[in-house]
Amino acid sequence: MEFEAVIGLEVHAQMLTDSKIFCGCSTKFGNEPNENTCMVCLGLPGALPVLNKKVVEYAMKVAIATDCKVAPLSIFARKNYFYPDLPKGYQISQYELPIAEHGRISIDLDGKKKVIGITRIHMEEDAGKLIHEGVGEDTDCSYVDLNRACVPLIEIVSEPDIRTPKEAALYLKKLRQILVYLEICDGNMEEGSLRCDANVSVRPVGQEKFGTRAELKNMNSFKFIEKALEYEIKRQIHTINNGEEIVQETRLFDTSKGVTISMRSKEEAHDYRYFPDPDLVPLLIDDAWYNEVKATICELPDDKIQRFVTQYKIPEYDAEVLSSTKQLADYYEETVKHTDDTKMASNWIMGDILRELKNDNIEIDACPVSPKMLAEMIKLIKDGTISSKIAKTVFEEMYRSKKMPDAIVREKGLVQVTDSGAIENMIDDVIAANPNQYEQYKAGKDRLFGFFVGQVMKLSKGKANPKLVNELLKKKLT
Amino acid sequence: MSLCNMAISELHELLRKKKISSLEITTQYLNRIKQTDDKINSFITVLEEDAVNHAIEADKIISKNDDFSALTGIPVGIKDLISTKDVRTTCGSKILHNYSPPYDATVIRKLKENNAVIVGKLNMDEFAMGSSTETSYFGATKNPWDTDRIPGGSSGGCASSVAARQCAASLGSDTGGSIRQPAACCGVVGFKPTYGRVSRFGLIAFASSLDQIGTFSIDTRDCAIMLNAVCGHDPADSTSAKLKVPDFTKALVNDVRGMRIGIPREYFIEGIDAEVLKAVNDSIELYRKLGATIVDIDLPHTKYAVAVYYIIATAEASSNLARYDGVKYGYRAKDANDLLDMYCKTRTQGFGAEVKRRIMLGTYVLSSGYYDAYYLRAQKVRTLITKDFRDAFEKCDVILTPTAPTAAFKIGEKTSDPLQMYLSDIFTISANLAGICGASIPCGFTSDGLPVGLQLLAKHFDESLIIQAAHTFEQNTDYHKKLPDLG
Repeated sequence: MEFEAVIGLEVHAQMLTDSKIFCGCSTKFGNEPNENTCMVCLGLPGALPVLNKKVVEYAMKVAIATDCKVAPLSIFARKNYFYPDLPKGYQISQYELPIAEHGRISIDLDGKKKVIGITRIHMEEDAGKLIHEGVGEDTDCSYVDLNRACVPLIEIVSEPDIRTPKEAALYLKKLRQILVYLEICDGNMEEGSLRCDANVSVRPVGQEKFGTRAELKNMNSFKFIEKALEYEIKRQIHTINNGEEIVQETRLFDTSKGVTISMRSKEEAHDYRYFPDPDLVPLLIDDAWYNEVKATICELPDDKIQRFVTQYKIPEYDAEVLSSTKQLADYYEETVKHTDDTKMASNWIMGDILRELKNDNIEIDACPVSPKMLAEMIKLIKDGTISSKIAKTVFEEMYRSKKMPDAIVREKGLVQVTDSGAIENMIDDVIAANPNQYEQYKAGKDRLFGFFVGQVMKLSKGKANPKLVNELLKKKLT
Repeated sequence: MSLCNMAISELHELLRKKKISSLEITTQYLNRIKQTDDKINSFITVLEEDAVNHAIEADKIISKNDDFSALTGIPVGIKDLISTKDVRTTCGSKILHNYSPPYDATVIRKLKENNAVIVGKLNMDEFAMGSSTETSYFGATKNPWDTDRIPGGSSGGCASSVAARQCAASLGSDTGGSIRQPAACCGVVGFKPTYGRVSRFGLIAFASSLDQIGTFSIDTRDCAIMLNAVCGHDPADSTSAKLKVPDFTKALVNDVRGMRIGIPREYFIEGIDAEVLKAVNDSIELYRKLGATIVDIDLPHTKYAVAVYYIIATAEASSNLARYDGVKYGYRAKDANDLLDMYCKTRTQGFGAEVKRRIMLGTYVLSSGYYDAYYLRAQKVRTLITKDFRDAFEKCDVILTPTAPTAAFKIGEKTSDPLQMYLSDIFTISANLAGICGASIPCGFTSDGLPVGLQLLAKHFDESLIIQAAHTFEQNTDYHKKLPDLG
C-alpha cells in the first residue's frame, strides 16, 4: 500500500519588541539571570498584566502578510499547568477568539506554486528557563531564570496541507522569510527565536480521513525538521505495515540519533483548563488601527520577486535569490540605480558577492563592496575598460581593500589591451616561441587553438581583449 | 479625650486646628490595639514602629501646611491581602506566612501619598475564602460586640478593627460580600465600589473578575473620604475604569426626597432572621418617611447567584492560586523527593481545607468536558443576573436589601457545613457578579445587641447615590454611633 503524510506545523516566533508582552521589562538576550524581571513577569501575588500594544501590531502585520482575517475582537486566555519556569502557574495565551484566522502562504514546489493554509495566529507569553546542575549527583539542583518569562511570542498554526518533509521545510523557510522581512522576528532557530512543532500522520493514498497523529517537538533547525519528519513518517508507515496501531502521543526528536522518541501519550496529556483571563479586557481592533498598521507593512517577498522580474527583466530565479532577504534585495536595487545592466548586476551579486559573504560568514549589510562600487565595476566591463576576466581580479581587490574599481585598474595597470597591432605582435611572439605547437596545429591538430589563446592572454597578463585575441589568432594561424 | 472613638473627619478638624498631633492619635490607636487585640485578634501584623515614624512625618507636613489631605496622619488598617512593600502580606495563609512583597499595591501608594498612617495588616479568611474569618492560619477573629461570635468575613479583621476602634478606617476586599457582610456583623459602614473603580494592582487575587477593594469606616463621611483617596484609573490594572472620579464628600447630602428605592422581592425570603427583617423593614419605612419613593422590583435570576458565584469564583481561584507552588516565595515543604512531590506537599501543607476545597471545585469546573456545562453556563447566567440589575435600575435609583440573612453567628457554628456558610453571602454575591457598587450600613440591633446591616446597591459608578442614601439614613438614626464595649 502506498502512503502519504499529512503534516501541520505550529511555529512559535519570538517578537523583536524592546519590552515584554505584559510588562515593561527588557527583552534583551544575554543579561544576568533574572535581571530583566519585575513583579509582573515574576508572577508575584497581586501583579497584573498590561498588554504591549507593539506586540499586537506585530501580530497584525504577520496576519496581514499571510492573508489572515484579523479579528475585530479577540481575547486572552489562561493555559494552566505547573512547571517551575512558569511563574504564575499559567501561561497567558489566546485560545478561543485568537487575533487572526484563515490565512495562507504559498510555497514554490519545483516551479509550481502550492498554497498552505494558516489556521490561526495568536499571541502569548514565553516561559522562563531552567538551568540544571549536577544531574545524577546527590547535589543536583535546578535554577530558574525568568528573563525570558513574558517575552512576546506569536504562534502560527498551519492547516494540515503539508504532504512531505520538503514542503514542510519550504513552508517554514517562507514563513521565516516573511517574519524577517517584517522585521518582527530575527528568525534564529538555533537560539530559539523561531521554534517549530509538527503534527504528523500518514494515510493510504486516496483516503480522505486523517490517520492518528503524533506531535513532534524539539526540531531546532531546518535540517532537523526534515530529518525528524522523514523518520517519523517512515516509523508510522512501518508501524501500520506491521499491523499495529499508531498511538496519539507527543514525540521528541533526538538530534544525535536522528530518531523520534515517545514523550507522553494522549492519556498523559495535560488538561490545560483554558479560560478567558479575567485580568485582561477583550482586545478590540478597529478599521482605523488595522489600516494604520497595514500601511506600515513593507513589500513582501512574493511581490518583490514579481516586480523584479517585470521591472528589471531578470529571470524569476534571479529575482527569488535576490529577494531572499530584504537587505539583499535593497543592495541589488541600489546597484542597478547606478548601472543599466540589471542582469550583469544580478550575476555578480548571486555569484561572487554571495560566495565571498558566505566564506566570511557575514551578511550583505557588512559587504565591503558597496552597490556603487559594484556598479562602477560593471561600467568598466561594459565600456571595455576591463575584461570580465580582469574584472574578477578587480572584484577581489575591491572586496579586500574597499578601493573604487577605477582606482584599482589604474594602480595595477589592468586596462584592457584593445590595440590590434599590439595583440598581433604578441601573437607573433607566441608563435615564434612555440614552433612545435605551431607545426602541429598546421598539420590539423585544431584543439591547440586554445593553447595559443592561453599563451597570448598570459603574455598580456590577462589584459588583452579576449574577443580580439580570438579573431586575430584565427587569421594568423590560417 | 479618647481620640479612637472619633471619626476621621473629626480627627482631621482637630489636626487642622493643631489641637492634636498625628503622633498622639497614632499612639492612642496603638495602645488601643495592645489593650484589645488579644480579645478579638483583628491584626496579623501590627506596624508599631512604622506607624510612629509615619505619624511623625505626617506631623511635619501638618506643621508646614494648612491645607493637607483628609487622611494625613490618620491611622488606617489594611486587609492582609493588599501588598505592602517590605511588610509581610500573608493572605491569612501558611503558604504566604513569610512573604513580603517588594512593592506597594496602587491603593497603598495612594494612601501613602495622602500621608495616612498604616498601623497594621488585618486578619481575614485564608485567601478571602470564607464568611467568618475562621479559616485564617493566624487564628479566628472575634466580633467586638460578642467575642463568642464571628465578625463576618472574609474581611473580618477590617470590620472588627474599625468597630473596636483599633484604627480609624480600613481597606478590605469584597469578592462576594467580604466587605459588606462583616461590616453588617460588626456594625460599621462597609463600601464595595463598582468593579473597575479601584485598582486591583497589588491586591492578591482570589477571583479576579469579582474582587474589588473597598473601605470600612465608622460612618459614611469617613467612607467618602477613604473612597476619594483610593478610587481612580490605574494604567497598571487593565480592568480599571478610565473614568473621572467625583468628590464623594459632595454626595453627603441629607436628602432622599424623590429618590426611588427598589425593594427586590427575591431578597425577602424565608430564612431571614425575624429581627433582621424587622430592622430592614423599619429602614424602608424611615426612607419612605424621609421622602423616598419605595418601588417593588424583580431580580428574577437571584436564585442562581450563589451557584454561579461558586463556579466562577472557584474557577478563577484555582488558576490564581496556582502560583503558590513553593518555587519562588512563601512556604515550601521540606523533604520532597522530586518536583511533583514538592508541589503536592507544599500545597497540601500550605493551604487550609476551605482553600483546597475551592481549588478542587474550580479545577473541576474548568476541566475538559465539564467547561461548557459549568463555567460557560455560569458565565451566561452571570450575564442574565447583570441584565436583571440593568432592568431594575430603570425603575429605581438604589436597591435596598438586608446585607445578610442573620446577625453574626457563633464561632464554630457553620465551620462543618460549607453550604450553610456559603449562604451567608446570599444577598451580597449578585452585586459582584454584576460588578455594581454596594454598601452595608448599620440599621439596628438584635435583642442580643448584635448589629444588623442594611445593604444599598446602585448601578455601575453610581457610588454617590449610595453615599447620599446612606448619609441621609445616618443623619436620621444613631445606630452608627453605638460602639461595642471591650472594656
